[in-house]
Amino acid sequence: MKDLFAARKYFIIAMIIIACVILIARLFVIQVVKDVYRLSADNNVLRYVTQYPARGLIYDRNGNLMVFNQAAYDLMVIPSQTSTMDTALFCEDLEISTDVFRERMKAARNYSYRAPSIFLKQISAESYAKFQEKIFMFPGFYVQPRTLRKYSKPVGAHILGYVSEVDEIQIKKDPYYKPGDYIGKLGIEEAYEKELRGTKGVKIFLVDVYSRVKGSYAEGAMDTAAAQGNDIISSIDLDLQEYGERLMENKTGSIVAIEPASGEILALISSPGYDPELLVGRARSENFLKLSADTLLPLFNRAFMASYPPGSTFKPVNGLIALQEKVIVPSTSFSCNNGYLFVGCHSHSSPLDLKGGIMNSCNAYFCQTFRRILENPEYSSVTEAYEKWRSYLTQFGFGTKLETEFVNELPGLVPAPAYYDRFHGKNGWRALTVISLAIGQGEIGATPLQMANMTAAIANRGYYFTPHVVRSAGGEEGSRFRTRYDIEIDSANFEEVILGMEAAVNGGAGATARIAAMPDVVVCGKTGTVQNPHGKDHSVFIAFAPKDDPEIAIAVYVENSGFGATYAAPVASLMIEKYLKKEISAASGWKEKRMLELDLIGIKSDQRDEEH
Amino acid sequence: MTRNINIWKRVDKPVVIVYLLMVIMGWFNIYAAVFNEEHREILDFSQRYGKQFIWIVAALILAVLVMVTDARFYFFFYWVIYGIMIVMLILLFFFGKEINGSRSWFEFGFVSLQPSEFAKFATALALAGYLNYHRQELTRFRIIMPALGIILLPAILTAAQPDMGSTIVFFALILVLFREGMSPYVFVSGLLMIILFFLALLLDNYMLELILTGLAFFLVWLVTRKLKVALAGAGIVLLIGGPLFMLNHSLNEPASYNLIIIITLLVSGLFFAYYIYQKKALGVLVIYAFLISSVLYINTVDFVFDNFLRSHQKERVEIMLGFKSDPHGTGYNLNQSLISIGSGGFSGKGFLRGTQTKFKFVPAQSTDFIFCTVGEEWGFLGSVLIVGMYLFLLLRLIKLAERQRSVFSRTYGYGVMSILFIHFFINLGMTIGLVPVIGIPLPFFSYGGSSLWGFTIMLFIFLRLDASRTEHLI
Repeated sequence: MKDLFAARKYFIIAMIIIACVILIARLFVIQVVKDVYRLSADNNVLRYVTQYPARGLIYDRNGNLMVFNQAAYDLMVIPSQTSTMDTALFCEDLEISTDVFRERMKAARNYSYRAPSIFLKQISAESYAKFQEKIFMFPGFYVQPRTLRKYSKPVGAHILGYVSEVDEIQIKKDPYYKPGDYIGKLGIEEAYEKELRGTKGVKIFLVDVYSRVKGSYAEGAMDTAAAQGNDIISSIDLDLQEYGERLMENKTGSIVAIEPASGEILALISSPGYDPELLVGRARSENFLKLSADTLLPLFNRAFMASYPPGSTFKPVNGLIALQEKVIVPSTSFSCNNGYLFVGCHSHSSPLDLKGGIMNSCNAYFCQTFRRILENPEYSSVTEAYEKWRSYLTQFGFGTKLETEFVNELPGLVPAPAYYDRFHGKNGWRALTVISLAIGQGEIGATPLQMANMTAAIANRGYYFTPHVVRSAGGEEGSRFRTRYDIEIDSANFEEVILGMEAAVNGGAGATARIAAMPDVVVCGKTGTVQNPHGKDHSVFIAFAPKDDPEIAIAVYVENSGFGATYAAPVASLMIEKYLKKEISAASGWKEKRMLELDLIGIKSDQRDEEH
Repeated sequence: MTRNINIWKRVDKPVVIVYLLMVIMGWFNIYAAVFNEEHREILDFSQRYGKQFIWIVAALILAVLVMVTDARFYFFFYWVIYGIMIVMLILLFFFGKEINGSRSWFEFGFVSLQPSEFAKFATALALAGYLNYHRQELTRFRIIMPALGIILLPAILTAAQPDMGSTIVFFALILVLFREGMSPYVFVSGLLMIILFFLALLLDNYMLELILTGLAFFLVWLVTRKLKVALAGAGIVLLIGGPLFMLNHSLNEPASYNLIIIITLLVSGLFFAYYIYQKKALGVLVIYAFLISSVLYINTVDFVFDNFLRSHQKERVEIMLGFKSDPHGTGYNLNQSLISIGSGGFSGKGFLRGTQTKFKFVPAQSTDFIFCTVGEEWGFLGSVLIVGMYLFLLLRLIKLAERQRSVFSRTYGYGVMSILFIHFFINLGMTIGLVPVIGIPLPFFSYGGSSLWGFTIMLFIFLRLDASRTEHLI
């Protein structure tokens, strides 16, 4: 029989070959050309588990532990692996309501069905110990260890800062951070974040389709261990810091104490402060809200974020500038008739020389002196003389950021001539127009830190190191702060002004700060009483001691209290005594008692109540 | 006289070698696919790879039995074999075990059998037997119908189980009818219907209709070799369609483009009819008939798709066409399958190194999705090797079929080839997203006794017939 249709086999063969070519072409595309499937396969099976490092510890200058770590546990859940379980028992052990449980489960499922997400953050070690025995009853749950901060004493919150979870902005800014990571906020925690945070590690596991771990990837060859962060040795004296915070209890204000020879900050107190423990763990956000809402602003760091007029504590600087500019000599005397023009003064003997002017804090003396500075015939105009005066202040660190470790430090204010030009017209202002500056009032503003730094510069007789709170990070000395800033004023002039400050504390009749005197240490100081629009005057005191080879320079602000000599001076003297002697002598006991018992906040709120 | 020849010498060695290679490669890939750390031994009979070894040994015994049986047995008893298989398929409705909603299995103790796997070679045999007597008359409707009936009977029975995969496989036998003389129009119509089905789902109907109309005039030009005729036809369509379109556009509630095109084509058909009558232009008539029926067919596709397909089948088609992406639901298989094969890269991850395979991301990876393991562990090279082996096997089968003296042997050979081809193309195609997910095994590779035995018997019957091709069967 003849096969009429034999030729059709070619059609069939062609069809088969075309089919094979199509298959091979498609295989080529997905296997050789496209890369996406390889990545998807890795995403399927590789699970990267972050190994969180412990943060570095923080010690004080004497080797006392200030900040260390405590274990906490994040409870993780993989929704796909959960199954029926005793929800009531689960909720009871973790002390959560069933509503919270349902809500969290839903959130976890929405995030990912197969990938782990945090179910409950930062369970304490105690709760974890209880829960751990039963965790086998709750499939799909496991814990991931984390570390939280713990503080040896409830002090220094403003210096230390705190640790919180990274937000999205930070994640975008620095790809090191992933959601759920911790980051230092403010203080040392933020300034030394890179040193403290350590290095995250990663463990790579292979998981199957049910997200069950099937072993480690490449026998762990690609895993990295977490490395703990570097320890930090702070310049803070923990005992002094604690003592200062106690003294400032129930008062608003600030204390900054500096070691003049190094610029190391010994204590930095902003009152009211808060217990750093409040911003740790699960209660953090709740406590943070409470602290933010407090009208006394405990989160506000007055030490370098509040700018006050320096008041009379500023007089030594004006004296120094006048001496350097040779508009006065130490023996130059001015008479005082209870003030100078519209600037009043208290009663004291008259006339006074420079030493007496400082000792008695004579306003008239410094108005005359300041007028001489600005009307110095060496300069063609008041503006030019003012610029010169201002340049000295800049050298002391006024009106400019000191560039400390603290990112949010305020520069304070020393107005440029343009500022006055705007109000009075160019060359429309004279020395008398700005005479308040003579006594540290008016437009000038400085932070307690800047005042302490000025004091340190005086104590050093003409130079300072940038104030800092960290002595060494990761074994490396704080070389950032080795630069010595010299002030173009002769040290001999400093000696003259220091004589005045010595007399203010240790002098006879008329000395303003005798309350700050110590029997065997020569304390040099200067009181200040700062008029301000917020109520009673701020009480201010700056001091350093001993007079020769000073070990501590200090600035104390007690807000809305009254005379500098009444409040700030005893606080400063107690701080100096505490630092130099390590304890308070019986002779100073009354001062300490009075300062500890003083409750200015209570008084203030009583007054407020009465007004209502 | 058949006793005298040595069938072992005359059996086609290339096919046997490829068969053995495929079976062994399949076995190793099953081992990799369901590898179990606690049962590393490939001959562990508690695991699928151990069991597959038993199925392979049994399959080889079956192959030998098939070979030692007289070739005339298959020729004389094809209808008995076919009948038994049809009865088996019917019995499934009464005694079959329901797995995943389909009654496709008999269960005898620890062994399960899937009759549809055996019905495939039985149907190929029956078709060969029938065509042996009627092959030159396949153009006649009365002769074609019984042939289609032989194919449709098991197709309907499997469709009722329901097992759509097997049903589709039976239709592959239409290729045999085409080879043996069935009008190419029927065959081309069939192919066209499949292509248009997917195109209709993929494109807007009116777009597809415009394309087809354009194509039709191009074909007219090819057939008549007269550009004037083609352009005149297109001109008539534009003359009628243009004003209709404008008119429609000015209506408050315009009809669909689709309707305008249908009306235009029908009206212009009157003009074409006149031309065809004048010129006795049969080619143009055929083209126009195809065009009109295609357009009508396109308009029924959406309806059929929406009303006659089961929801999971619809979703699989939609996923393949890219309308739907549902990597966690219906699209999960395909997505993970693509990831497995795609991640294999050029040379693969290596034996037992496939993470997708090892950690069970692909469902049914030892059966319908066995090719994922090949693609992942052996890469593009391994995949091409498999395609190459099939290509070789299929072309070899065509060559063997063509050298048969008897129509019975030749048509049976084509039947075997067609069934293997459709299995191979649909199975590979679905794992790489060319074809909707249809659950049919990859012959000789997939795990399972029934399919391996069914394919083995089918192939070796043909090898047996080929070995005695010089003898007269009758």
